[in-house]
Amino acid sequence: MDVMRDGFIEAFRLLFTLDREVLGITFQTLQVSGLATIISVFIGIPIGAALALTRFFGRGFLVSLVNFGMGLPPVVVGLATWLTLTRYGPLGMLGLLYTPTAMILAQAVIASPLVAGFTLAAIQSVSPKLRLQMLALGTTRLQYLMLLLWEARLGILAAIIAGFGGVISEVGASMMVGGNVRGYTRVLTTATVMEVSKGKFELATALSIILLVITFVIMSILSYLQQRGKQA
Amino acid sequence: MKAMLDAEGLSLVLSGREIFHIESLTLHQGEVMALVGPNGAGKSSLLRTLALLEPPTPGTVHFDGVPAYRNGKHLALRRRMALVFQEPLLLDTTVQRNITIALRIRDVTRHEAARRAEKWLDRIGIAHLAHRPARRLSGGEAQRASLARAFALEPEVLFLDEPFSALDYPTRKALLNEMGELLRSMNMTALFVTHDYTEIPYLASQVCVLFEGKIIKRGSISEVFGEALFRSHCLTPWETI
Repeated sequence: MDVMRDGFIEAFRLLFTLDREVLGITFQTLQVSGLATIISVFIGIPIGAALALTRFFGRGFLVSLVNFGMGLPPVVVGLATWLTLTRYGPLGMLGLLYTPTAMILAQAVIASPLVAGFTLAAIQSVSPKLRLQMLALGTTRLQYLMLLLWEARLGILAAIIAGFGGVISEVGASMMVGGNVRGYTRVLTTATVMEVSKGKFELATALSIILLVITFVIMSILSYLQQRGKQA
Repeated sequence: MKAMLDAEGLSLVLSGREIFHIESLTLHQGEVMALVGPNGAGKSSLLRTLALLEPPTPGTVHFDGVPAYRNGKHLALRRRMALVFQEPLLLDTTVQRNITIALRIRDVTRHEAARRAEKWLDRIGIAHLAHRPARRLSGGEAQRASLARAFALEPEVLFLDEPFSALDYPTRKALLNEMGELLRSMNMTALFVTHDYTEIPYLASQVCVLFEGKIIKRGSISEVFGEALFRSHCLTPWETI
């Protein structure tokens, strides 16, 4: 209990004294996970929409693949990204390993199937009769897609929430491809792991509390947008 | 009279089952035809094919003399029609935006879309619901919004697929009266699907009876309703005619 209490006190001290290092780590966390989520939105929504709206040979396999991807262990993604970006890997010449870019890539790989899977489910949940009505209005393919995305917007926001939630909380991939370099690739999760390994439980608790607070704030904003959309 | 809709040798086969087979069917300009028959007769499927939403297998549909389902013309032709289903099927936005979005889809200017939405909301008697979320309307209000949207599109042919069947009796009767007057005053061409014969005289002048996917009778209301064949095929509740 003492550790928890001290952790809370330390968290408030770090936040209210605007500790430069903690602010840097928090900013890096938001930047890496935010960009990864944005990339996953651009990858996941088109894939989810395409799988929801088209019928072709092998579609079932691709849907299974997306669903499988939703449960990808971050540490496995981290390993695969590491093997790809390492000096002798296929993209080793880019020199991205142990950079924030590598972390963004790995996190985008984790989030994209989540966004695609939830988008697929959201679009499929739009009533087939309503889809027929949209066609009867004389929609072009693009107009039809836009109306569908509008109707599925609550589910799509849930997809984005799931994607962001999946990456901001992961540690395995970030640790593996980012390396937890101070002031460069250190994020809240990797910093927490490091402080625990150093026995600094109060600081680790403080970092966890900061992580929880920013996750809560961002999820609240997304949830507000989602529920406001429901009332429109 | 000009043929607005002309179908020939029209069939629809789904999963190896023939849903309907129609030798010929013509809907003339200004004509309101009721397509009647018991459940499972193929009425709604035929309506969807005529509304260019379900390609026939095989057959041809001509809309205003233009062959549909050929050379990708069906989209342009679809924009000259409007369809109202049994359920209101409104988008998850306000009533007014449901109408303006439908008009904007058809490249109507923003100003004109707003004008038409206002006009038809007023004419259908739901101007006070313009800014209400469509998904919070009662069944009758929502179906009125759906009809306002269809009329605002100013279609050359209006398709009505059992639009009143989910409504309670007083609402249904009020809407039938209003729709009948509207269709007649606008000289609208319409195809109206129903399985409730009592609705026919409110809206239609012509009747086409579909049974097991085939047209078994067509003509004016008096011609069709006097036929023993119609009675024998449709049985209750039709036998009370």
